[in-house]
This record gives sequence, C-alpha cells and structure tokens, in this order.
Amino acid sequence: VQNPPSPLLSLWPGGTRMVVSARSFADFTPQASFPIKKCDLHRLEEGPSDEALLTREQGLQYYRTMQTVRRMELKADQLYKQKIIRGFCHLYDGQEACAMGIEAGINPTDHLITAYRAHGYTFTRGVAVREILAELTGRRGGVAKGKGGSMHMYAKNFYGGNGIVGAQVPLGAGVALACQYQGNNQVCVTLYGDGAANQGQIFESFNMAALWKLPCIFICENNKFGMGTSVERSSASTDYYKRGDYIPGLKVDGMDVLCVREAIRFAADYCRAGKGPIVMELETYRYHGHSMSDPGVSYRTREEIQEVRTKNDPISMLKERMLSNNMSSVEELKEIDLEIRKVIEDAAQYAISDPEPSLDELCNHIYARDPPMEVRGTNPWVKLKSVS
Amino acid sequence: MASLRSFLRSGKNAVSVVLRREFSETSPAAVQVNVRDALNQAMDEELERDERVFLLGEEVAQYDGAYKVSRGLWKKYGDKRIIDTPITEMGFAGIAVGAAFAGLRPICEFMTWNFSMQAIDQVINSAAKTYYMSAGFQTVPIVFRGPNGSSAGVAAQHSQCFAAWYGHCPGLKVVSPWNSEDARGLLKAAIRDDNPVVFLENEMMYGVPFELSEEMMHKDFVIPIGKAKVERQGTHITLVSHSRCVGFCLDAAAVLAKEGVECEVVNLRTIRPLDVDTIEASVMKTGNLVTVEGGWPQYGVGAEICARIMEGPAFNYLDAPAVRVTGVDIPMPYAKILEDHSVPQIKDIIFSVKKVLNM
Repeated sequence: VQNPPSPLLSLWPGGTRMVVSARSFADFTPQASFPIKKCDLHRLEEGPSDEALLTREQGLQYYRTMQTVRRMELKADQLYKQKIIRGFCHLYDGQEACAMGIEAGINPTDHLITAYRAHGYTFTRGVAVREILAELTGRRGGVAKGKGGSMHMYAKNFYGGNGIVGAQVPLGAGVALACQYQGNNQVCVTLYGDGAANQGQIFESFNMAALWKLPCIFICENNKFGMGTSVERSSASTDYYKRGDYIPGLKVDGMDVLCVREAIRFAADYCRAGKGPIVMELETYRYHGHSMSDPGVSYRTREEIQEVRTKNDPISMLKERMLSNNMSSVEELKEIDLEIRKVIEDAAQYAISDPEPSLDELCNHIYARDPPMEVRGTNPWVKLKSVS
Repeated sequence: MASLRSFLRSGKNAVSVVLRREFSETSPAAVQVNVRDALNQAMDEELERDERVFLLGEEVAQYDGAYKVSRGLWKKYGDKRIIDTPITEMGFAGIAVGAAFAGLRPICEFMTWNFSMQAIDQVINSAAKTYYMSAGFQTVPIVFRGPNGSSAGVAAQHSQCFAAWYGHCPGLKVVSPWNSEDARGLLKAAIRDDNPVVFLENEMMYGVPFELSEEMMHKDFVIPIGKAKVERQGTHITLVSHSRCVGFCLDAAAVLAKEGVECEVVNLRTIRPLDVDTIEASVMKTGNLVTVEGGWPQYGVGAEICARIMEGPAFNYLDAPAVRVTGVDIPMPYAKILEDHSVPQIKDIIFSVKKVLNM
C-alpha cells in the first residue's frame, strides 16, 4: 500500500528530477505505510499491526543507524585481521534491524541488556562509534577505559555486554523488577540468542517474571546458530517464541526493521499495561561467524550467506522501500553513506592512535566509593594503588 | 552457662559497661541480644532507613525465614520489600544483581551458602567484576547473606565453609561476623556499602546471646568493613580466627591463662579485604601465630594469613613457624562422633598453642 507521489512532484513538467543538493525536502514523500509480515502468536489473541507507518525522517534515521552499525562492524573486522583488536570479537552485521527496530520502539528511559554480540546495541543505546572502537582496541578513550573490551561496554540504561551465556537474562529480569518496584512505567528489554535459549536460568527468569508480572521483554535473537551448532542440533523445540510456555510470545521477522519496531511497541505496551512479561523471537542472520576466530562456513554454506545478503539484507530492504516510495534518493543515501564512512574512518583513526590506559589505572575500580587502598602486585614487593 | 560464656567473651566490653554504670547517673541501656535478633534488627532498621533496600530469598517472607532471621519483616514491610522466591538460586541471585544495577539495594539470602554454588556465576561474574569491567560506571550495591560453614548433623552437602572461595575474588567484600555486635554492625555496614558484600553468618551462633551496649544499639551503629578486632589482649601468642571459632579461641585462651599463657585473640570480622596490619601488629608483639578456622585447610583463610605473615615484616618476629587449626580435610560426616572430630575443638587449639610454644 503506497501513498500517491507527492502532489508537488506533479507540478514539475515532465517529472524531471533535480540534483540532490538542490532537492528540497518537499520533493520527497513525507511518509508511507508498508505491509509487514504478520507475527506468529503464542497465547495472544492479537499481535502487532500488519502495517507500519514510516516517515521520511524515521527512514533516514534508521538507515543511518543501521548503516553505521554495519560499517562499524566491518571496520572492527578489518582491525581484528590487522591484529589491532584482540581477544573475543563477536560481530553483529546482518542483525542491524533488531537493534534499530528495538530502539525505535522503546524510550531512551527504558532499559536494555544483551549478551556478547553487543556492539550494535552499545551504539543504539547512545555510545559513540569512536568510544566503541577504542574499547575494542583497548585504549583509554574506550567507553570502559579499555578495561572491559568487546563484551563489557556499558551506558545509561544499558547493562552490557555480558560474557557468560544466559547470565544476562536473570539480570534483565532484575532490572525489570527495579522498574516495577520504582513504579516508573519503564520496561527492560532482555536479549539472548538461540544458543542461550536452552539455559536453565532463562526458565528460572521466565517463572519469576511471570509470577511477579515483571515488565520484562524477553527477546531471543535467533540467528540459527549457537556458535557452530544449528538450532536443529541444539534444541528439542526450535519455537523459541513458545518456550516461555505460560508467557505469551510472538515470532517476528528480525530482518525487517519495521516489523521489529511494531513488535517491540506492542510488547512494551503489553508490559506497561501491567500484564507481565512477554517473549519475542526475532528471526535474524549474522553474516560473520560466531566470532572473529570462526570463519563461519564450516557449518553453513557460502551460498546460504549470499542468499540472505541478496534477498534479505535489512539495510537493502529499507533502502528499497524508501527509494521505491520516493522517500529518498540514491544520491541522498549515497551522501549519508559517505558521511558514515567519514565517521567510521575518524573513529578508527582515534581507536588506533589513542594511547593505551596508564598503568596507574590497573588496580582502580575494584570498589566503589571507598578510600584508596593497596593491592598486591605480582610479588610481595609490588604494592599497587587502587582508587574508586 | 550461656550468659557466663558471653560474659567471658565480653571481656573488655563488660568492663566498660561496669565503669559506665559507676560514672553515669542513668543506667546504660545494655541489652542481651542473640545473633539472630541482631541480624533481624539490623535489617529492620536498614529497610526503614532506605526504601531502596529489600530482601529476597527462599522462605524469607511468610515463613519468617528458614532460620527465623527475617522474622516479622514481611508483616511489617509487605510483599514489595520482602520477597519469597522459588527454589531457583541462579535465577533469583541474577535478578537481585540486576535490581542492584538498576538502582535498588537488594539483600539476597541464600538459605545456606552451600546453595550459592548454584548461583556462584552471578555472584562473581555479574556482581563482583562489574564495577571493574565498566571502569567505575556500574555499581552493584548488593548484600548476599546466609549461614555458612558447619552446622549440626546436616552432613557433607550442607556444611561447607565458603570463606576461602569468595575471599579469593577481587571486587567482593567478604565479611564473617562472630557475635551480635559483629552481626549488627557489619550487616548495617554491608547494606550501606555500595559494593557487593558476601555476608557469612553461622547457624550455630544464631541463638547465642551477647551483651550490646547502648551505643551498639544506636541505629547508625556500623562496624567498618576491613578492620579486625582484638577481642582479648595477650602477650605470648596470637590466635587469629573468624566466625564461631573466635568463641573457641577465647575459651581456649581462658584455659591457657590458668597455665600462664596469655593469648591475644584477633577476630578477623572481614575476610576480604583482610586486615593484615592488625594481624602483623599482634604477631610482632607476641612472636607466635596460630590461625583457627572451620573451613578446610588447603588454600584456606589460614593459608592466606600465614603466607602474608611470611611475606611481611612480622616474619622476623616469629619465634616459631605459624600454624593453622582447621576443619579436617574431608567431606563432613553425619554421625555425631565423626562430625565432632571433623571440626576444630577447643582442645585442638590448646594443643596447637602448646606445640607452637614448645610447652
């Protein structure tokens, strides 16, 4: 269902198009409604709307954000191969619609926690690209001053970045408990993967969240593989949206940012109405392997990856929608791409050139709000200083 | 008998109470409070003081606590602040930590510390390390508490001491009170602390009464975490202990005093951060050291103390090697005669002191 082209366009004889720099805002379609895939429902009478309204501003914002995450992750890949980033690095490219759709559907005052594939969420929750990349390169300008690394980045209302599979789920339910306790009408989005979905502590969290009606949105990002193990080989039931059993659930096309947004709006409304928790499964896909040490082609074919890229890429899908509805132009989007490239390049430059943390930092941040104390070094003669 | 023992233990405190009686017009409001009630009152006062504080755990609310430590709290504060959880330690410990992330101040009870092993990842990886990993961004103001160590006839799976395990980890504060003063002051301090605190109680101490002075009954009475207390002055040997074994050390000291051996008894109060300065000062004074703990010897609290003494200035003052008195290196047996011989007894302390002093 498309809106008719802007009435202003029909004023131009022959429908000539102008160069983007002279193109005025009024030439583009201000908004359009798009049909979105209906969600599979579990214990729900009705689900999110099957139509999503997208304004031009929103479209550009989503495009910009998703493209930034994409480029940032690809830059991280590059830096890792140059051995400037070390250790664990779990990349998010392919899954951008999940992070963007969720952020579009909640408020900045809501809360979010995820596992280790966290760079995308770190960005959507407000941390600058340069602080993310500098954390990956282990520099003092990193969001955790170089002390956390890829899996331990934090921001306001964003609780990481968690390295232990599944542990973030009870934590998220606890954040939701705090929201309920404080009566602030906020919700906590608690993410985990298909690999984590079998963790016992997730079912413990489901139980308590349902019992106490916690405003917790449990979201399984199903990218079909827990490391190298496909969902068929790990799970007796791959209906992750039903695994909450007594908790209602919905299965969402995680490659469509509008689908994700409508679903999360629905879920957040549900939680804010005091109905308790809800489970969401986002069907998505990661282009990279599990981490940078996994080429990602021993358990799936290159053809499969390529097929998703050509037919289902979240950024391409949004771009296609906007262009075919005259909500933007190839030139405008290209300009945005160039801006993003510059942001990423500058951030990478910063991440490479920023100095490593000072050794004085080594023992800091053991305890909060405590007087300075001594920490034993590697041998009894080395006494190091620790401040809060 | 209990009151006589508690008088012996009070030592200095009893003396100061007597002095105050003589010099003040009104009688000081010293009261007999057992450890259970001390913990209960501490929680009650802190719940009242700060509405972000809440208690969760198995049977803490409507059952009044498995060991009645939270008696009356649910009746007073209701479902919102005193929460009964299902038997899912990993889940509710994680929920407690998440609530702490988001600005509340949870007290998470483990029915016994043995069950904390189900949740130990949340205590260590989610609570202890987060302030450091976030470079000071995310605080975790949580208290994990519950009975630790041996009880009576509860056998191997319910008798382990976790002081060494949790004491091993940076980012945690680990506290092990002995008497009611410790229980009250340290629990208040722990709840007010912005860091994750592991609070190791002892079930066999819950019913033991001690005298608490008026000052100790004040609602802002806190004992600093990280500071040991010299419970008894002595000159010949230092006994360092924590929790219930402090009482055994004082009993042993009373017996040894009759033979002319004056023991200095140091109550650690805090396992981590360890108050090495107080221990060293004592050892430098007495020249001899015996550590006493209920836990297993290998890689234990006593082992750490001995290592620190070796590495520090006090070593040069030792007249004999420092030794440890510990639980026997076995899983805890059930039969009473076996159980009695699995834990340090007063006679074991006396024996070790005499060996060290070459008597």
